[in-house]
Amino acid sequence: MADLADMQVVDKGLEKAVAGLSEERIQEVIGSVLSQAVAGRLKLYLQTCVHCGLCAEACHTYVSRDKDPDFAPVAKVKDTLAVMLKKKGRVDAEFMKNAARVAFVECGGCRRCSMYCPFGIDIATMIMTVRRICSLLGVVPQYIQDTTNSHSATSNQMWVQPDDWIDTLIWQEEDAQLELPGLRIPLDKEGADVLYSVIAPEPKVMAQLIANMAVVMNVAGIDWTMSSADGWDNSNMAMFSGDLEIMGRIERVHWERALELRVKRMVMGECGHAYRGAVYDGPKWLGWQGPPLPMIHAVELYYDILREGRIEIVDKLTEPVTIQDPCNIVRGSGLHEKLRYVVAALCDNVVEMSPNHEHNYCCAAGGGVINCGPPWKLSRLKSIKVKAQQLGRTGASLCITPCHNCHHGIEDIIGHYQLHMRTSFILELLVKQMKMPEGVRG
Amino acid sequence: MTRSASWSWETGSRTLADLGELRAVHREVHEPAVSPDGERLGVVVVRGDGAFAVAENGELWEPELERAWHLRYTPDGRLTALVRIDDMWTVAVDGEPWQRRFPFVWNTGFSADGRVIAAQVKEGMEYTLCVDGQLWDRSFLSLRSYALSADGRRAAALVQVEELAEADTEKFAQGTWSVAVDGEPWEQRFIGLWSPAISPDGEMVAVQARTDRFEYTIAVNGVPWESRFACVWEPSFRPGGAGPLAPARVGSTWRLMEEGEQLWATSFVQLWHLRFSPAGERAAAVVAPEWGRFTVAVDDRPWGCTFGDAVLPPVFSPDGKRVAATVGHRRRWTVAVDGQVWEESFDMAWMPVLGPGRGPVLAKVQRGGEYGLAVDGRLLSQRYELLWDPVLSPEGDKVLLRGVQGGKYVRRVVPTGELR
Repeated sequence: MADLADMQVVDKGLEKAVAGLSEERIQEVIGSVLSQAVAGRLKLYLQTCVHCGLCAEACHTYVSRDKDPDFAPVAKVKDTLAVMLKKKGRVDAEFMKNAARVAFVECGGCRRCSMYCPFGIDIATMIMTVRRICSLLGVVPQYIQDTTNSHSATSNQMWVQPDDWIDTLIWQEEDAQLELPGLRIPLDKEGADVLYSVIAPEPKVMAQLIANMAVVMNVAGIDWTMSSADGWDNSNMAMFSGDLEIMGRIERVHWERALELRVKRMVMGECGHAYRGAVYDGPKWLGWQGPPLPMIHAVELYYDILREGRIEIVDKLTEPVTIQDPCNIVRGSGLHEKLRYVVAALCDNVVEMSPNHEHNYCCAAGGGVINCGPPWKLSRLKSIKVKAQQLGRTGASLCITPCHNCHHGIEDIIGHYQLHMRTSFILELLVKQMKMPEGVRG
Repeated sequence: MTRSASWSWETGSRTLADLGELRAVHREVHEPAVSPDGERLGVVVVRGDGAFAVAENGELWEPELERAWHLRYTPDGRLTALVRIDDMWTVAVDGEPWQRRFPFVWNTGFSADGRVIAAQVKEGMEYTLCVDGQLWDRSFLSLRSYALSADGRRAAALVQVEELAEADTEKFAQGTWSVAVDGEPWEQRFIGLWSPAISPDGEMVAVQARTDRFEYTIAVNGVPWESRFACVWEPSFRPGGAGPLAPARVGSTWRLMEEGEQLWATSFVQLWHLRFSPAGERAAAVVAPEWGRFTVAVDDRPWGCTFGDAVLPPVFSPDGKRVAATVGHRRRWTVAVDGQVWEESFDMAWMPVLGPGRGPVLAKVQRGGEYGLAVDGRLLSQRYELLWDPVLSPEGDKVLLRGVQGGKYVRRVVPTGELR
């Protein structure tokens, strides 16, 4: 049965929204979403499912929750979208509140279940459709809605004011110059080869990562720039809160900034969901087949500059290290081999998780789940026991997490399950272990 | 008389600055900017720790600065920079810092004639606008973007007027944003606002407005259009026209709306970057007639050619008869003019430049790490380390080229007939 503790969580975003929600309004919204082109595909998915249970075994929530059938992907659909379709939208507010809990907290859209479905049923798409319905009704967990509001008001995820952003870039450049004299973070440089974009938590709480990337870009001799204007943030929680209009708007800002600056390609920092938003979901909503310029994930950048010898690794870690495969860049985009090439360059003792590569379990933080905030943290951590077990079996003392959500999700797992391990972005290792120009580092 | 008529159009070349010399003397030489008339090149140089300066045609501004960036020439040819002096920021114009200093200042903007200079300012813990060194009377919790009228007499900015506690999603949904015009905010509050635009006569301010969680429209002087849409893009004013036009999403397609009513008959998968001919009689926009294919539509008629990567904002010729745009397809960039695509493609192409009549179409382009000038689709042999957009003389018979070759900045005027 479902976890009673989860069902008793008080989330202001859900409680207040359902209080004033009429059944007529719910039916109207569900009808508007399910009467469109998606309805046929969703019905086909539901009719095709033979209840084989392979999706259940694929789901970290189900496996972590002692194989409680209520947490199986098929159950999540059965308890939400299938009822909406069967009842033609005639469901009540309490149903929608529960549907929101299931869709926002119990599934992060990691798509592992879809990979194991013998019929290729895209369960994540069905869950995202539930989120869209919830969003149109305003039934969205408070914290991810707040993040979406920030995207709407500021074009970035964390209410970063424009002056704070620019000041951070200047400050990080000055800091990085202590490491590498003459280093620059060129701002708004037209015609540069690369525009580098980050997610808003970097200037807000992890500004050192910007200085680190500046060191890498400068040593590798890349013609790069960063934007002082909106468009610098590549994150997109609106994509996960179901607010597709804001999702499209901020992806437009992001890509048009690159086009204004006439750069040749965009490189983004170590983030998984942002890659999905910038490469797939955002362009599609805007009418593009794909991104208007090439988008290079940081893992690909590191791979390229290591292979080309533009940076050289002089120190390698000898401690046991494991690798988290972020869903959106591995299952979603096949970067696992490049990721291993980069990690192998930095670490001598890599202990793989099992399963790994595209079969790896999600961190349970992605897909907007961690952004649902403190009310749901315990639930999220209960749903990811399997990852704690995976990590523990490696005996590694370091988990490399080339994704912000993975990074924080696994930090939470380490704390909750008391694993003797720490996390690191690749970039943090790279700047410590790469060869600096002659005379720079004593 | 256009401004460029007063510039020197005497054919020939003049070397006006030597970046190589600057690099030999200073620790760092940043990205230069060039005046519209090509007579001056400004660049930030770093002379030592915390010792920045601006060099213009090799001459250093006084005083020395702790930091300088964002060099921009005004349309009338004055050089502006954002500078830090005594740990406070201000705008310096032709070497003269504004008297007022601020905790932070950024995003300089200019009136069409360049006489008025504005910038966003942080003052205390609030935000406001500074126009020609004078602060607005009121400051706000946030100020995200602004527009100046063509003559610079009016300014409009998107401002946060209601405090918002952390994660207060309820209050956000009630509307916490407004538009301040010359410092005074509208009474109306909105959930979201974007891209203010001021009418040519300065009487109207239009913005994209989010009136409900999933309702968008255009608000003009605080009053939303009656129609509501699934989404809208930036409003713009037709020269000589009345109210604003804006793309709006109806269902899953985009339409061009004028004062809330559909103007063009065609709906598109995408429609944005609306532009008008100088006299306002024609309109062009970037459109996607089908998913994944972009082109330009002129007065509701899309070009026959479409492009997969992107089409950048269209530009009209001065007489309004021709339209051109930078287009991207299969990771190559070129220019299309009136629906005809140039044969050559480039690593990147800048906005095409059109003269009056049937004169050549020019564009700055990049290939193999070098810049060049493409004329009617043909890349000329001259290569540059840096190049700025070409400028055609008012009669269209000469072109001003502004580029850096061999470390030296050269201003060159060439008869268009001799471009080869």
